[in-house]
Amino acid sequence: MSAILPPSERLWWKQPIDKTEWAWIGIAFIWAMTMFGMMIYWHIYGKQNLSNEAYKTTPEMFAAKAEKFIAENTVRTETDQNIPVVKVPAGGDGYLIARLWNWYPILELEAGKQYKIHLSSMDYQHGFSLQPVNINIQVLPGYEHVVKMTPTKSGTYSIVCNEYCGIGHHTMLGRIYVK
Amino acid sequence: MSTTYRTCPASGLQFENQAEKLMRWNAVVGVLWLLVGGITALLVILTRWPAIKLLPADQFYMILTAHGIDMIIMWILHFEMAVLYFASSTLLRCRLATPKLAWVAFVLMVVGGIMCNVAIFQGESSVMFTSYVPMQAAPHFYLGIILVAVGALIGCGIFFGTLVVAKKEQTYTGSIPLVTFGAMTAAIIAVFTIAAGASILLPTFFWSVGLIKEIDAELYRMVWWALGHSSQQVNVAAHVSIWYLIAAVVFGAKPLSEKVSRFAFLLYILFLQLASAHHLLSDPGMSAEWKVLNTSYFMYFAVLASMIHGFTVPGAIEAAQRKKGFTNGLFEWLRKAPWGNPVFSGMFISLVGFGFLGGISGVVLGTEQINMLMHNTFYVPGHFHATVVVGTTLAFMSITYLLVPLLFRREMILPKLCQIQPYLYGISMSVLGLVMMGAGTLGVSRRHWDMAFSGAPFQYEWPGAAYLMMGLTGIFGVLAVLGGALWIVLVVGSLLFGKKLEGGAVSDNPTPIPAAQPVAASASHTGSEEHVAVPGTVVLASLLLVSFILYYFVNWKYLSEVWLLS
Ligand code: HEM
Ligand SMILES: [Cu+2]
Ligand SMILES: [Cu+2]
Repeated sequence: MSAILPPSERLWWKQPIDKTEWAWIGIAFIWAMTMFGMMIYWHIYGKQNLSNEAYKTTPEMFAAKAEKFIAENTVRTETDQNIPVVKVPAGGDGYLIARLWNWYPILELEAGKQYKIHLSSMDYQHGFSLQPVNINIQVLPGYEHVVKMTPTKSGTYSIVCNEYCGIGHHTMLGRIYVK
Repeated sequence: MSTTYRTCPASGLQFENQAEKLMRWNAVVGVLWLLVGGITALLVILTRWPAIKLLPADQFYMILTAHGIDMIIMWILHFEMAVLYFASSTLLRCRLATPKLAWVAFVLMVVGGIMCNVAIFQGESSVMFTSYVPMQAAPHFYLGIILVAVGALIGCGIFFGTLVVAKKEQTYTGSIPLVTFGAMTAAIIAVFTIAAGASILLPTFFWSVGLIKEIDAELYRMVWWALGHSSQQVNVAAHVSIWYLIAAVVFGAKPLSEKVSRFAFLLYILFLQLASAHHLLSDPGMSAEWKVLNTSYFMYFAVLASMIHGFTVPGAIEAAQRKKGFTNGLFEWLRKAPWGNPVFSGMFISLVGFGFLGGISGVVLGTEQINMLMHNTFYVPGHFHATVVVGTTLAFMSITYLLVPLLFRREMILPKLCQIQPYLYGISMSVLGLVMMGAGTLGVSRRHWDMAFSGAPFQYEWPGAAYLMMGLTGIFGVLAVLGGALWIVLVVGSLLFGKKLEGGAVSDNPTPIPAAQPVAASASHTGSEEHVAVPGTVVLASLLLVSFILYYFVNWKYLSEVWLLS
């Protein structure tokens, strides 16, 4: 008798379960628990855990902090739009504004040093997608996310926006230099 | 309300008149939405194919919004309504509770669907199906979705009502069939889903007309995904039920254990509601404990449930085939399966594709830290095309090959093409999912018009492999669209031109399901029927597990190579 008819044994819940099935359930369960354990293991020993430090903010408040940071640490400007290149003090705080449609400013970091990068959006939701490293973080308006990051290699990195944010989404490309 | 019951001469299934009409109309409307979704899919894929880049940016985002909405909401939900009515009224041989209300639900869903699409194609609502605030769509965009949801909610209510009617009028004895049980879990989750949907879409609608000032972006994401994720659980419960149904109809397969399969369905209800958390893993503001708890304890029990179904469905088929005498070696049962029958071939590709591609990638993507490697990349649509397209959509397509003769009383036209279609669609869609995941692994963004970033102040050159993956996405996407179009042509063609089939005897009263086993019982299986060993299924399941483990740890390796984060 089949799955489209009422169970042939009326007391189906009293039928024994075959041992192959038990074995599979057991194995699947152990695997699930292993995956559970892996996340906790990585929290303790792993070197890549996304920070949970976040604060409620407003676009105005965040922009004010970022402007102050930019005013104090700008080393030069780049492109014909004069985008400031800002050197984040080693071990210090850097601010990155996401807005329609750019990442502002350009950050300059040093490999092997840890930084606290503050992320927030001025308008819609955006996606911080660091390439070619491939780290992806959601950026929301109203939230200031403080991510501690340590670049491992020097080079020129791009920040792609990978949360759809309107017609200019594809032009929203930012930059991070690592020395 | 008086009604009639028709007993299908080919299958012995009994269709109540109102339920039959509702199933047909819901299925037909679903197919029409699939058509719209398919046309938009073609435009999307031809734009994302870097060598072609068909549409300008504004049209691309508009079309992509339509593709998401029309596929994942309209097509899937309409078809699921038909499945619910089938699993209740038809399988329990019972009249449908409150058919008038069912028509109201149907009309609401149709009107809502049209309203939402009007909003999208007016161009002011290109917000994607997730409509993340504070990006705002026109009010009738949200209203349309709300109407569809209300219609679906009523449909679930009618399903439950029908279960009650069947119980009261004693159209069956004992417990409801497994397939009905699976559909019931789908309906229960759907109620949760729609409640979550209401609690976020209603405020969003009020916000769009100016009655509410602001909606918190993170709160929106959390509540929205309680809708967005659990609705996927509805789809899984629905297509797993269909796998069992097809195994039962094609092979006369009996679940290995009613207890295990039902328990696995129950796990879906108990644990998947909260897994919406895995959409927020790379968001600010959630604590690590919250993430670990919600993505593991809650999610892994649902994963466990799917792994159980992934074993018991092929296991049931293997057992049935072995009883029929296909006992040579590990895989004679599978080799001698009816691969030329699209009902079976589609179902089996759906099962394998869902498990190997959709399932594994989903768990990896939903691992707290690994999520950062793929969040919002092309990996994400790659993953869910393996679940909701290869899994759900292909399962729905397969059962349609069964339902056209039974429900619409038409023979399928062009049987040779019917045989090919599941392979064309299933395989190209599986490869599409894979190459999309490949592109995503290399970082390529989803919902992104231009890989070349034209107009940006800087340049970023994706690796050549990413372009290769996107080119393959284009090729296999077009093949998948062809496979989908072929299905629509075959189904619509059969409804219009297929040979008319005998309807069977009509009666004023339902014939209850006899307490003893009817037709399906095979002569070979005796009273003290013992368990048949299923070694082939054990091998298949082990293969799944090994691939799973390898791929899982490869991704931890990738993660260990990126910048340090804490
Ligand atoms: C027929 C072949 C199909 C093709 C070639 C196709 C192709 C695609 C592609 C390439 C994307 C990603 C676009 C991007 O992010 O830039 C996409 C998105 C999507 N597809 Fe499909 N698809 C097909 C069928 C389906 C079906 C049957 C469903 C659902 C049942 C579906 C549901 C979705 C959803 C929900 C999205 C997400 C839209 C968004 O990001 O807002 N697709 N599709
Ligand atoms: Cu953006
Ligand atoms: Cu964007």
